[in-house]
Amino acid sequence: MTEKQSSNNESTQAYYTLLKQIQALDFVLVELTLYLDTHPEDTQAIQQFNTTSLQSNQLKQQYQQLYGPLYQFGASPSGTPWNWKDAPWPWQV
Amino acid sequence: MWIYEKKLQYPVRVNKCDPRMAKYLIEQYGGADGELAAALRYLNQRYTLPEKVIGLVNDIGTEELSHLEMIATMVYKLTKDATAEQMKEAGLGAHYASHDKALFFNDASGNPFSATYFTAKGDPIADLYEDIAAEEKARATYQWLINMTDDTDLIDSLTFLREREIIHSQRFREAVEIIKEDQSTKKIF
Repeated sequence: MTEKQSSNNESTQAYYTLLKQIQALDFVLVELTLYLDTHPEDTQAIQQFNTTSLQSNQLKQQYQQLYGPLYQFGASPSGTPWNWKDAPWPWQV
Repeated sequence: MWIYEKKLQYPVRVNKCDPRMAKYLIEQYGGADGELAAALRYLNQRYTLPEKVIGLVNDIGTEELSHLEMIATMVYKLTKDATAEQMKEAGLGAHYASHDKALFFNDASGNPFSATYFTAKGDPIADLYEDIAAEEKARATYQWLINMTDDTDLIDSLTFLREREIIHSQRFREAVEIIKEDQSTKKIF
């Protein structure tokens, strides 16, 4: 999955597509978080936040089953053998 | 505590090996208005700011760490395939002599990072105005960095970072209003 291996095959494309979908949803969550920090009464924004949070979690479950844990220190379950430490790291893809 | 998330906030790709651009980009890694200074400024201020704005400053400080990682990724990708000769030609000969391709917290001119780049005054208005100014300076730096490259992938990531500075500035401006309102409410009694 490093750049060197990325020979435009379908599985590499699928990896980047899923990663990008998660990045897009999580961007919405970052943006809404900062907005709600200064607009805590906006119920519509809170609703959008909660819906997006669910969608993001669903996609991350799918991602983690295919590509390993996204989160450190137990926030994601591990495969066997231990796969948290496996490449690629974010700066390698 | 923090939990690391094994992904970038926004994709970082580069078209070509370009150590000269990496030399300029390092301004946003270890420079006065860079992402390290931003993250440390906000995460340090949050302990003594009024409770109404701690959440915002905590969250922006955390987001800055993800921007620091994006800048590092740009520098890493732009230099990883460079030869010693290319590093030298790009003005990174002195860097290479001391660090090889390792990243170092300095600005584009080679000045090492300094804690004097930011402050914590203990006065919420003073601190938040510094934060707004810092975001505007970083926004300007991103524009000037964009002006110096024709790498479309790099421009895409730098544009994302420039836009984030605008949002952060806006949120800090709202925090100032929240503090002002809070202070004037207290005076009535």
